[in-house]
Amino acid sequence: MKRASAWATYLQVSPLALVFLLFLVVPIATIIVVSFFDYNTTQIIPAFLLQNYEELLLSPVTWRTYGQTIQFSAVTWALTLVIGFTVSYFLAFHVRSATWQMVLFLVCTIPFWTSNVIRMISWIPFLGRNGLANMTLIQLGLIQEPLEFLLFSNFAVVLTYVHLYTLFMVVPIFNSMMRIDRSLLEAARDAGASGWQTLWTVIVPLCKPGIAIGSIFIVTIVMGDFVTVRMMSGGQSASVSLMMMNAMSLLQYPAAAANAVVLLLLVLFTVAAMMRLVDIRKEL
Amino acid sequence: MNGRRGPAYWLLAGFFALFVLFLYGPTLTILVLSFQGPQGGLTFPMNGVSVHWFKNLFEKQMVGDFAGSLQRSMILGVAVMLVTVAASFAAGLAFRSRFTGSAFIFYLAVASLIVPSILISLGIGLLFRVLGWDAAWYSSAFGAHLTWTLPFGLLIMFAVFNRFDRRYEEAARDLGATSWQTIRFVVIPILLPSLIGVGLFGFTLSYDEFARSLYTSGTFNTLPLEIYGMTTNVTTPVLYALGTVTTGVSFLVIALALVSFTWVRRRRQRHGSDAGKAA
Repeated sequence: MKRASAWATYLQVSPLALVFLLFLVVPIATIIVVSFFDYNTTQIIPAFLLQNYEELLLSPVTWRTYGQTIQFSAVTWALTLVIGFTVSYFLAFHVRSATWQMVLFLVCTIPFWTSNVIRMISWIPFLGRNGLANMTLIQLGLIQEPLEFLLFSNFAVVLTYVHLYTLFMVVPIFNSMMRIDRSLLEAARDAGASGWQTLWTVIVPLCKPGIAIGSIFIVTIVMGDFVTVRMMSGGQSASVSLMMMNAMSLLQYPAAAANAVVLLLLVLFTVAAMMRLVDIRKEL
Repeated sequence: MNGRRGPAYWLLAGFFALFVLFLYGPTLTILVLSFQGPQGGLTFPMNGVSVHWFKNLFEKQMVGDFAGSLQRSMILGVAVMLVTVAASFAAGLAFRSRFTGSAFIFYLAVASLIVPSILISLGIGLLFRVLGWDAAWYSSAFGAHLTWTLPFGLLIMFAVFNRFDRRYEEAARDLGATSWQTIRFVVIPILLPSLIGVGLFGFTLSYDEFARSLYTSGTFNTLPLEIYGMTTNVTTPVLYALGTVTTGVSFLVIALALVSFTWVRRRRQRHGSDAGKAA
């Protein structure tokens, strides 16, 4: 009986395990192996070379691009954290009816289920030279000439990141907030804490796991992004993934693979640092 | 929390309203602009109102292969949804007991979430190339999408089973149900709303997935790839018509999920408990 149920358990988990094995572990292993290969203009040649890494790490372009990507991640992280926390705080502590809480939460999450590419495109009529933003500002007399930096700039890239991904902060932080025992807040008030003090000394510390999970999502997504950078910067900014894709389009697969390995290490290192703050499995 | 709503409430409510406007404003703008007249451009003002650009969208020669890619994305989305629901549910059942390797599989799922999509795409693309296989939307892209939807499915199932009362199962067993009957007639009906949720994740994440399709879909594009291709060479409001149609499909799926969710709850209330009704 005991043995039979153990078999059933493995059978139940096998489809999931198989997918991860075939489409996650093996492909990542392939990237690592190929990153040591040699290549010429037409093919890749099995070898064990460090040349791909040398060329990558000795190029100033690489460092600039990684710097740019890390900067995008940091700015987006800070903005989504502040906005996501504020939105969750309002939903969790100021909306009183449970029904309204659900409805407003759904309103925040629905865009997540629609196409990211379309949501990027939808900024064009807003930010363009003759877009709504410029027209409005001109009509209000605030500016004479249309602002050029709105579309196809780093500003547009960060704006789009915030637009697309703040939800990844809202959901885990809201989840953390909803688990806070409301009597703790009353206790804080009874003990004479002001609103701010309650926020800083009670709510924020208890939201740490949610903040950590949200941050992991934001940082990993932005670090691996290329669509937003390519579409919203109008080709003026670079990202690590874009650099990788350029190598791919030149058929320099081993060079792209070496870059992929470095990016993967950077992401895993960052996430490991954040994971120290939180046990994810406890949060479900 | 206390009786009156102070200035903090109104400040936060205002912030929230702005956030919602920020989320939906641009989408509403392209919704309106997609009904631009035949002579209209990519920005306001509206130059008449028409469905010209929607007609344009379905003419094959005009803008790539919209109908074909939509069809492929739909089929792929449904397949990913079915596998995601079945595999996450089964794995959720398995994870209730400790087994050798459970921690490893859990960390694989977390890794699958945090490894950037483009790396998975690149890896699968390279793997197929090294093996000399042709990448296709129904093989490599299918697998690539599952690496994104299954972790979500598994985490949702964890959350669900953590709150699941095992006494229902024990009761079923005591009444002589086999393990299959317990799952079929007790566990699945109770968890149905969550399974619908997992299905919603499975379909929409696959339907909208771009990065993981990039090096894995081979000759024939899925819809997001097609849209992305169009953004670089189409400069008419047909782009917005495309956006409106795609977003419409997403909303339809969300609505379908919400409706079945409410339906299950209503049904449960009607057929719910018969406690205390015995003679």
